[in-house]
Parts: sequence; structure tokens; C-alpha cells
Amino acid sequence: MKETTGQEDLLRGIWRENPVLIQMLGLCPALAVTNNVENSLAMALATLFVLVGSSLLVSLCKRFIPGEIRISVYILIIATFVTVADLTLQAVVPEIHKALGAFIALIVVNCMILGRQEAFASKRPPGRALLDALGTGAGFAIALVMLGAVREILGSGSFLGVSLFGPSYEPWIVMILPPGGFLTLGALLLCLAWWQERQEVKVSG
Amino acid sequence: MGELVWIFLSAMVINNFTLALFLGLCPFMGVSARVETALRMGAANIFVLVITSVTVSFLNAFILEQAPYLRIISFIVVIASLVQIVETVIKKVSPTLFRELGIYLPLITTNCAILGLAIFQTNRGYDFIEGLAFALGAGAGLTLALVLMASIREESELASVPSIARGMGLVLIIAGSLSLCFMGFAGLLSSS
Repeated sequence: MKETTGQEDLLRGIWRENPVLIQMLGLCPALAVTNNVENSLAMALATLFVLVGSSLLVSLCKRFIPGEIRISVYILIIATFVTVADLTLQAVVPEIHKALGAFIALIVVNCMILGRQEAFASKRPPGRALLDALGTGAGFAIALVMLGAVREILGSGSFLGVSLFGPSYEPWIVMILPPGGFLTLGALLLCLAWWQERQEVKVSG
Repeated sequence: MGELVWIFLSAMVINNFTLALFLGLCPFMGVSARVETALRMGAANIFVLVITSVTVSFLNAFILEQAPYLRIISFIVVIASLVQIVETVIKKVSPTLFRELGIYLPLITTNCAILGLAIFQTNRGYDFIEGLAFALGAGAGLTLALVLMASIREESELASVPSIARGMGLVLIIAGSLSLCFMGFAGLLSSS
């Protein structure tokens, strides 16, 4: 594994290796809860908390985790933080907890989190693991809020619950239903590929 | 009996795990390039889903009454060890089947459809038999979605799509259209 600077660790996850848009990890929550911006933010924050907590703990304990059972240990650590997040959300913001439903518990099987433990936190000092977790979590949050914003603006004509276009706007109901999730992410990926292709043409031409 | 059929149908088409609830998207995107592998993956999933459902019924009935806060942790531990046990048993009993399932068996541990089934079953308070119908329906739904997707992708290999749409962009748009079609099944709700 090549050496990286702290700044690189922080910035990498945000754009160049964005978990959702580039690596296609953690798609289930990214599509399931992004029918409005509020849910997207809550999901992103819960995931960020779990990611930062477990990265830090895995990095601190890496000497004591035997190699053969490391995956099970990581999953147990992640599941512990998810339980904390689940119970906290239920106590503090019960409406949001209800809207997100089972998807808070399903953070456990978000492959992005397990991937960061295996690929990064288990090999690096705690400070670096923290930076990496913050960057990856922020990248996840950016992707979720982008999806949530597009779907809420088109699907309900509002942003964070504030109406944008007035009563005459006919909302695209399909955008807040399941197909809207697939179509929005598909459209985002098409835009991204189009942009990358243009960059390449610019460089070579 | 009607109740059980309803649970089965609802999990299979109306609230299809992949296309309506977004569970198990990783295998849906990853192993849906060939119909044959899609079928095997579906079979492996049905198998693990059913065993999980049975185990979760027992856990809910006897252990989690006393300690509800241990739910997530105990579910994931049980699923991980179950997949491991199933793998070992199949390897011993039927090496042919084991070779056919290959890498897909261990990967099922991190498939959110399995944990999702455990949590939904608990939240809705299904008993043993209802849970079984739910697991079979969910598994059949997953397999249906996987096979449909794989068939479309096999056909689309010959089509000339614009260069930017090659890869995941196209797969997601196809999934969106499939999901639109499956929304039609919601009509079963009002007509019954």
C-alpha cells in the first residue's frame, strides 16, 4: 500500500473515490431513503457516526484482533455502533426514526463501512483512520443529499419541506417512489460519464 | 391459508425486495450479467432466507424477549454463522452443489436482504409459519428480479448504446424501468 498524506486521506473519499457515485458501494440506503432531503441528511449523519466510531475503534484495537476472525470482529464493532445510533435516533427524533424504518439497522451490512475497516482502518494509525472515515462519510453524505435534493425538488416541488414552485406545480410523483431512485442515480451516473468523457477529449485534443 | 398466500405474494411482487425496497442491490448489480449465475444466486438466497427466517423465529420467541437491545447484534452474528455452517454442510454433503454456488454463498452474509428479512419479520410480528411464507416470497421475488435483469442485460449486450451509458448507468436505468413495471402489481392491493 503506498504512503499517502493526511490531506489525501481526507479528500479522497469525498470526490475521487466517492463511495456511491464512483465505487457503487452502499447503494441500498442511498436509494431507499433519499426521497427527501431531511431523510437523506439523517441517514448520512447516522452512517457518518457509525463509520467514524468503528474506524477509530478498529484502528485502536488492531493489535488485539486476530487475523482469522477479523471480519467477524469488525461486524460486531459496527453492529454495536449501529445499535447506539438506532436507539439514540429513536429517543431523540422518533418521526425520522420511523421514516427511515429498518434502514438504520441495515447500516450494519453497508459494504462501504466494512470495506473501509478492511482496506484502511486496520492498517493505519487512529488519526489517519479518523480522517479517512470523515472523508468517506462526507462523500456518502454528498451523494445522498444530491439524490435527495433532486428527488424532493422534482417529486414534491419543495426543498427541506419548503415549497419552491407554489401550488400550481404538478409534482412528478414517480420521483419519490422507488423507480425514481434508480432513475435519478442512473441519470447522475450518465452526467458523470459524459463529463469525464469531455475532460478526456479536452486532454487528448 | 389465504393470509399466507397473501404474505407470499406481497413479498414476491408488490413489495419486491430488490425493486421496491432496494434490498440486496449488490448481487443485483454484481451477478446479473448471466441468466445462469442469476438463477444460482437466487437459489442460494432462497435457501439462506428460509433458514434465517426459522432461526429468527426461535430467537424472537425465546431470547430477545429479555434483551431487545441485542437485536441487531444477535441477528448479524446468527446470519454470519449460519452462512458459514450451511457452506460447510453443503461442501460435505453435496460437493457438486457447492461448486455450482461457488463464491456466492459466503457473499450472502453481507447481503442486506437477509438482515432486512430478519428485521421486517420481527417488526411485523410474524409467527413461525407466516415467517416461512414471507421468506419464500422474498426469495422468489429476489430470484425473479435477478433473472429478469440478467435476461435484459444479455440482450442489451448486442445493442449499440452511447458510450457514456455503458456500465452501471444503463443497468440503473433498466432497473428503474423494471421497478416502474413492478409498481403495477400494487393494483392487486385494491382489487382483493
